[in-house]
Amino acid sequence: MKKFINDPGDVVAQALAGLAAAHAELRVDPENQLVVRGDAPIRGKVGIVSGGGSGHEPLHGGLVGPGMLDAACAGEVFTSPVPDQIVAATRAVDGGAGVLHIVKNYTGDVLNFEMAADLAADEKITVETVLVNDDVAVEDSTWTAGRRGTGATLIVEKVAGALAEERAPLADVAAIGRRVNERSGSFAVALTAATTPAAGQPGFDLPDDEMEVGVGIHGEPGRRRSKVTSAREVAALMVEAILEAKPGLGDNAIVLLNGLGGTPLIELYLLFGEVSKLVTVRRSLIGNYVTSLDMAGASLTLCHADDEILRLWDAPVRTPGLRWGS
Amino acid sequence: MGVMIMNVDQARDWIAAIAAKVEADAETLTRLDSAIGDGDHGANLKRGFAAVTLALDGFEAETVGDVLTKTGATLISKVGGASGPLYGSAFRAMGKALTSADVTREQLGDALEAGLAAIRKLGGAQPGDKTMVDAWLPAAAAFKSSGALAAAAAAAKGAEDTTGLQARKGRASYLGERSVGHQDPGATSTALIFQALAGT
Repeated sequence: MKKFINDPGDVVAQALAGLAAAHAELRVDPENQLVVRGDAPIRGKVGIVSGGGSGHEPLHGGLVGPGMLDAACAGEVFTSPVPDQIVAATRAVDGGAGVLHIVKNYTGDVLNFEMAADLAADEKITVETVLVNDDVAVEDSTWTAGRRGTGATLIVEKVAGALAEERAPLADVAAIGRRVNERSGSFAVALTAATTPAAGQPGFDLPDDEMEVGVGIHGEPGRRRSKVTSAREVAALMVEAILEAKPGLGDNAIVLLNGLGGTPLIELYLLFGEVSKLVTVRRSLIGNYVTSLDMAGASLTLCHADDEILRLWDAPVRTPGLRWGS
Repeated sequence: MGVMIMNVDQARDWIAAIAAKVEADAETLTRLDSAIGDGDHGANLKRGFAAVTLALDGFEAETVGDVLTKTGATLISKVGGASGPLYGSAFRAMGKALTSADVTREQLGDALEAGLAAIRKLGGAQPGDKTMVDAWLPAAAAFKSSGALAAAAAAAKGAEDTTGLQARKGRASYLGERSVGHQDPGATSTALIFQALAGT
């Protein structure tokens, strides 16, 4: 393992200390692993809290700021945060209009956010939850924990964050988040496995000439392995997998071509060029946003947008990881 | 009234024995979890029970339940993932069921079943889903009929038998049929809890 770390047991807190040093506009608590908007709570605004295991940066701590999240809770690497953190974040952003939890669909995240929502209710804070489950590589059935939350999480956070910024009520902010999730699908292909600081070695063995098709963002193995093919074929297989599971997402689409952490932008743009021939792109975002540490690979997210979703996607945002508009 | 089998000090000993077993077997748990999960089960439980050890040190407990409730609350606060809430809720449920300074085998047996019920309620797993339920369920039944040694053996067998099962809950479920052939890490850590109870 070659990594820029001091101590494998203290990576998350030390990375958050770096985020704090770079972004004085955020309130970062490295010890409790919280990132909160500097001006929170904002009276009358729905607070938006997300969180999850670390290792997916800039998700979620790098997406805190005006127009997006009010707070993020960072768990250990690939491990969900604990209820205490989530309750603390919820309390910190409650401006009297309620709080929205945006939760990726993994057993651990779901259980910890559920417990936190119960505890927040005891403190008379109204909490709604949007569960993100966009990864079509997993069959959504009673035989699995259900589809995983991946790239669409960023679009849900952006769009719901923009609507909350307009002082929309909690029910509407939750509804738009759910709408984005329902209209989104994602699929990922990995060229290498991620190495967690604690394990020190790749999460799975992948021969030099093979790729993991339908991989998860925690190094969960995918649907199958195949020989590495051309970018054109990879783009086609990602688009087909999404459209087969959720037809129609390729029309009027917000397209997130996301790097998993270890793939250069030149390849991501090349891949996006191929994807753009297969779907109708209304908006695009290319880069490393929902990563899996150092995994080489990419995920494609298609969100079948409507005018409201596009308007909110275009609204100004000012976070460490995503910023545009005034 | 039955014979008392656990007092406050023995409850502390049980938790200390779990912490020692988790520490000793952390790498095994992580290895099992790497095969069908995300490879952090050992590290997470080790971190959790280390926090429990600290929390119980100097903690004034009047009942067996106090020790177990404190254990559960600490696991929920410190572990994260799925195992934190699941084990945390199990220990809290057991704690709630044991409200005296000395408990009988019947009371402890009922508490172990309450722990199982908490895991099943929160996680929604059925027997055969390749989870901690597959070790805890036969262990709780064996404890009631035959005591702690039988419970430890039943938990170990339940954990081993998960090898042939296909996961339907948690991260291993994403693998579908490819989860068959691997022992479930959650069922394996449950077996450690029952081995610690039996002092084996």
